[in-house]
Amino acid sequence: MTLTEEQIHRYARHIVIPEIGGKGQEKLLAAKVLLVGAGGLGSPVALYLAGAGVGTLGIMDGDTVSLSNLQRQIIHTTADIGRLKVDSAKDAINHINPDVQVITYPEYASVENILQIMSAYDLVLDCCDNFATRYLVNDAAVLLKKPFIYGSVMRFDGQAAVFYPPQGPCYRCLFPEAPPPGAVPTCQEAGVMGVLPGLIGMVQATETIKFILGAGDLLLGKLLVYDALAMDFMKIQIGPNPECAVCGNQPTITALHADNYQQLPCPSE
Amino acid sequence: MQPHKTLDITADYCPITFVKTKLALEEMKPGEILEVFLANEEAVQNVPRSVRSDGHLVHLLEGQENGIYRLLIEKRGGEEIDPD
Repeated sequence: MTLTEEQIHRYARHIVIPEIGGKGQEKLLAAKVLLVGAGGLGSPVALYLAGAGVGTLGIMDGDTVSLSNLQRQIIHTTADIGRLKVDSAKDAINHINPDVQVITYPEYASVENILQIMSAYDLVLDCCDNFATRYLVNDAAVLLKKPFIYGSVMRFDGQAAVFYPPQGPCYRCLFPEAPPPGAVPTCQEAGVMGVLPGLIGMVQATETIKFILGAGDLLLGKLLVYDALAMDFMKIQIGPNPECAVCGNQPTITALHADNYQQLPCPSE
Repeated sequence: MQPHKTLDITADYCPITFVKTKLALEEMKPGEILEVFLANEEAVQNVPRSVRSDGHLVHLLEGQENGIYRLLIEKRGGEEIDPD
C-alpha cells in the first residue's frame, strides 16, 4: 500500500511521529475494527478512529437516535432523531474521512449473529450499555481469540481495560457472572455525566490505535478506574482466573447459548 | 556520493516537506543515500534538523544557481518502530 498525496496531507501529524510513520499509518488503514454500540462510548470512538484513518469500521447497533441520547452521543445530531444510529454514525464518519469503509449492522449483538460478524474483524470494542451484551461480546472475543477493548461508564465513574487472553485476563475473569437483575441500576435509571463516555471512549480509541501499531504498553492485566468527581485515575493490577468459565484451564463456555446472556428488557427512551 | 533515490519537494511546504522526506527514508535501507531538492527557506531550515533528530546523517546541503537547494541524507537504522 502506498499513501496517496491526499493521505500524506491528511495523516501528516501521524506520519511525523516515530512510533507511527508511513508504515504505522498503513497499518491503521488496513485495520478492521468492530464497535458494538453506537451510543455514548461508540460516538467518540468512531469519530476519532475515523479521523485516525482506521480503514474499516464495523458498527453494530439496533437502536434509533432519541432526544435523550444527544447529551453524550456526539456522533448524532438533533436532525438524526428517529434514524438508525448506525446510519447516522456512518454519515458522520464519511463526512470526516472518506478513506474509512463503514459496515453497518442495524441489529443488536446476539448468540445468532456475533460470532459471524466478529470473525471478519481484527479487534472488537465494547461500547454497549448492558451486562448481557458485554458478557456475550467478551465470550465471543475469547472464543475467536480477538482482542477486546472494554469500556463502561455510570454517573461519574468509568472503567477501561484491554482483554486478550492468554495475555492477561478476560472480562469474565474479573467479574465471573453478571449481577442478578435488579441488583445494579440498569440502562437509563442510573444516569451518566455526558462527558464521561467521551473520556472513557478516548481511552478505548487510544488503546485500539496502540494495539494496531504495536506501540507502548496496553491496559493488559490492568483495569483503569476513573472517578470524575475526585478527578482520580487509578490503575489496578488484574490477573487471569484459572477457573474462568470461558478462558480458564477447563472452560465450561465453549459455545454461545442464549440462556447465558439474558437481561431485563430496557424500557425504551 | 551516488544517491539511491531522489525526491523533489520544491513545490511543498512545511510540514509536508519533512513528511515526504521521512516517507522516502522509510522505504530505504540503512546506508543508502537520499537526494532531496527543496526550495522554500523554511524547509531548508527545518528538514535537515528534523532528519537529524530522527537519527539520519545529513552529508550535504548546498544552494544551487537556480535557487533550489540540494540535500544529501544517509539513511540510518534504529529510528523506526517495527512491532512485527
